[in-house]
Amino acid sequence: MKKRFYSLAGLFAAGALALAACGGSSGGPGATVNTDGYKTVKADSLPASPTLDAIKARGKIVIGTKFDQPLFGLQNPTNGQIDGFDAEIGRLLALRIFGDPGKVSFIESVSKNREPYIQQGKVDAVIATYTINATRKKLVDFAGPYYVAGQDIMVKANDTSIAGVTDLNGKKVCTVTGSTSATNLKKFAPTAQPLLLDTYSSCAEALSDGRVQAVTTDNVVLLGLISRNPGKYKLLGKSFTQEPYGIGLKKGDDAFRSFVNDTLATAYTNGDWARAFTETVGAVEKTTPTPPALDRYTHS
Amino acid sequence: MNVVLHHLGLYWSGLWVTLELTVLSFMCALLVGTVVAVMRVSPAAPLRAAGLLYVETVRNTPPLLLLFLFVYGLPKVGLIYSLFVSAVVVLGGYTGAFVAEVIRSGINAVPVGQGEAARSLGLTFSQTLRHVVLPQAFRTMVPPLGNLLTALVRNTSLAAPIGVLELTERADQLNATAAAPVPIFIGVLITYMIVTLPLGAVIGAVERRVAVAR
Amino acid sequence: MLYDVPGPRGRRRILVGSIVAALVIGALAAVALVRLAHHGQLDAARWKFVTEPSILRYLMFGLLNTLKVAAVAGGLALAVGALMAVGRLAPSVLVRAGATSYVQFCRSLPVLPLILFIGLGFPELGVRLPAFWFLVVGLALYNSAVFAEIFRAGVVSLPRGQREAAYALGLTYWGTMRLVLLPQAVRRVLPATLSQFVVLLKDSSLGFVISYPELLRRGQITGEFTHSILQVYVVVAVIYIIVNATLSYLVHRLERRQKRAPTVRPAAGASPLSTPTGRAAVRAGGKELTGR
Repeated sequence: MKKRFYSLAGLFAAGALALAACGGSSGGPGATVNTDGYKTVKADSLPASPTLDAIKARGKIVIGTKFDQPLFGLQNPTNGQIDGFDAEIGRLLALRIFGDPGKVSFIESVSKNREPYIQQGKVDAVIATYTINATRKKLVDFAGPYYVAGQDIMVKANDTSIAGVTDLNGKKVCTVTGSTSATNLKKFAPTAQPLLLDTYSSCAEALSDGRVQAVTTDNVVLLGLISRNPGKYKLLGKSFTQEPYGIGLKKGDDAFRSFVNDTLATAYTNGDWARAFTETVGAVEKTTPTPPALDRYTHS
Repeated sequence: MNVVLHHLGLYWSGLWVTLELTVLSFMCALLVGTVVAVMRVSPAAPLRAAGLLYVETVRNTPPLLLLFLFVYGLPKVGLIYSLFVSAVVVLGGYTGAFVAEVIRSGINAVPVGQGEAARSLGLTFSQTLRHVVLPQAFRTMVPPLGNLLTALVRNTSLAAPIGVLELTERADQLNATAAAPVPIFIGVLITYMIVTLPLGAVIGAVERRVAVAR
Repeated sequence: MLYDVPGPRGRRRILVGSIVAALVIGALAAVALVRLAHHGQLDAARWKFVTEPSILRYLMFGLLNTLKVAAVAGGLALAVGALMAVGRLAPSVLVRAGATSYVQFCRSLPVLPLILFIGLGFPELGVRLPAFWFLVVGLALYNSAVFAEIFRAGVVSLPRGQREAAYALGLTYWGTMRLVLLPQAVRRVLPATLSQFVVLLKDSSLGFVISYPELLRRGQITGEFTHSILQVYVVVAVIYIIVNATLSYLVHRLERRQKRAPTVRPAAGASPLSTPTGRAAVRAGGKELTGR
């Protein structure tokens, strides 16, 4: 009896360890239909950089992105893939490093986890509607910007009581913990009552259920939420900030940052950036903007 | 470390909400638990079945999922309550299922002879319960109920993902801007222990006082 | 025990009460269903995801992740818990104090902030691991303390004679625990242990705060993607209930088997220590003595 118990326990432990060794699953690698037409090719040589060395050794680049943000980073439960503009930029990076856009793996990085994941090395880069600002630059470095959005407001389609950001004062507004949207809300509508949740999709649910009267964040994020729920919500269309999206990187690895900026520059000129945009955000933003000027800052 | 000291007010307001949640939910749990326990021991089969269904469903579902169902699912049928009330109802209903089982075992632990003696004296079902069975059952129920209360204090942290501004959520939001998880969350854990450790000691003392010497 | 076997009038009253209760419950259920239908929540479109094999696969891998982390964390918690239980009853004051502090400390920790601390704090301190292991450590820390208490209660409930016999045979404290007391104690508290394992499995749903793709988070994503949040949550709840109810059912079966098995019963007239086989039996953990 004792022998049977211990052998069963041993089998159980072995089985559990074997399962654990299978590795936790994250977003699947990306070989979406889009990537066939990209013109970016593998770089002839990669600069010396600790991050790039780690990426090469691993055989794939690990990108932190959103999993529930339409147009930018949305996990499709039918195939586990991440679709969106941010995911495509990640695939372009993989293309440049390995010559294969599939050599990328995505980890869900909600807004409040973006800095920690970069600092901990859990991801090589964060491409997750990540606004560049001075406070964040103290903790991480940024390549890009690769897109400029503006903070805006989303309300129910038939709501006419809110016309601008100052109307948010005294009302219940939803945004996400750890986002610039939260800080800006406090700045522009100090007496608004914020409800802070973990994801924008939860905020959309809160708006739909009537828990809040408005959701505020970047206009493209809101457009994505609107596009997935046709007729339910509307965008005010009066952005009150400038939100340059950057690629979050480990602080101090300037060689890698240069490399990423070079990849973006190439994508700007050979049309890959525009192509990624039209295939994703282009569904709601019909005019493709000109790519923003890259900020190749140096540490003073 | 300074982060925590500068924001003690946040910790305090979070702790206050946690305590409110605990007390209100526990009262709710005792109510729900008593009702369900009575259902489970009643002679009417449908009531027994309903009670069993409630207990088995609630006990086998993660409380966080129950919270999500209540906060994100109910509004889909037009029932929407404030986040705080939702947390109280769900945590109370969840703990109530366990309270029901504790009450039921407590009743079953009372010797059969007590019930027989009560009936031979002419007491009715409810009189037997009220004057003979429940007072004795109560003594055996104190330790497990105490454990459930401690567990409830800890379970209030589950209200954080739905946005209730209790202790864990306050710390999480603080960390989002201050980026100092080690001191912030150590502070949170210490604050919870300030509540649960003395609570455990008090429950232990009460336990020893009402313990039945058999 | 609370009421006499009911006579004819009593039976009639119970029957009436049952019918009334059944009607009330039925009415409540009907109201709920009508309300659901009224808000379109029973529409086939919202439930279509149940028939999509790709979505089911997505959710099933979420369930697999849940089970993985529960198995590994459970195994770790059991091992550490057994160690701590033995430590709490050790003769050495130092060991007892250490084990007791560990147990009292870990039992009072709420799991969600603990997971946040480990998942966000450890990397700050230089410990880099996948989210899976952070979740395992968090779950194991708390549950090891609960298992320690369960095992301790089991050991304490054993007849004193077991320990005395083992000492009389010259076993040390640790030997006594390892060979005689702990095996019997574990068998005794198996139901409580498995019940706590169910709690552990439910707590694995907290993994999503550190981006571990377990079942609940995958359910959330699926619900938002297919616009059927209520339906997906219901399905996920059903999955959890099935898994946990199965475990609890096993607990039930074990409890019944234990009640049937006789406890320590020496051979008629002789003490277990008077024969070599008896002594071997005590050394082997009381197998023969428990009659199984």
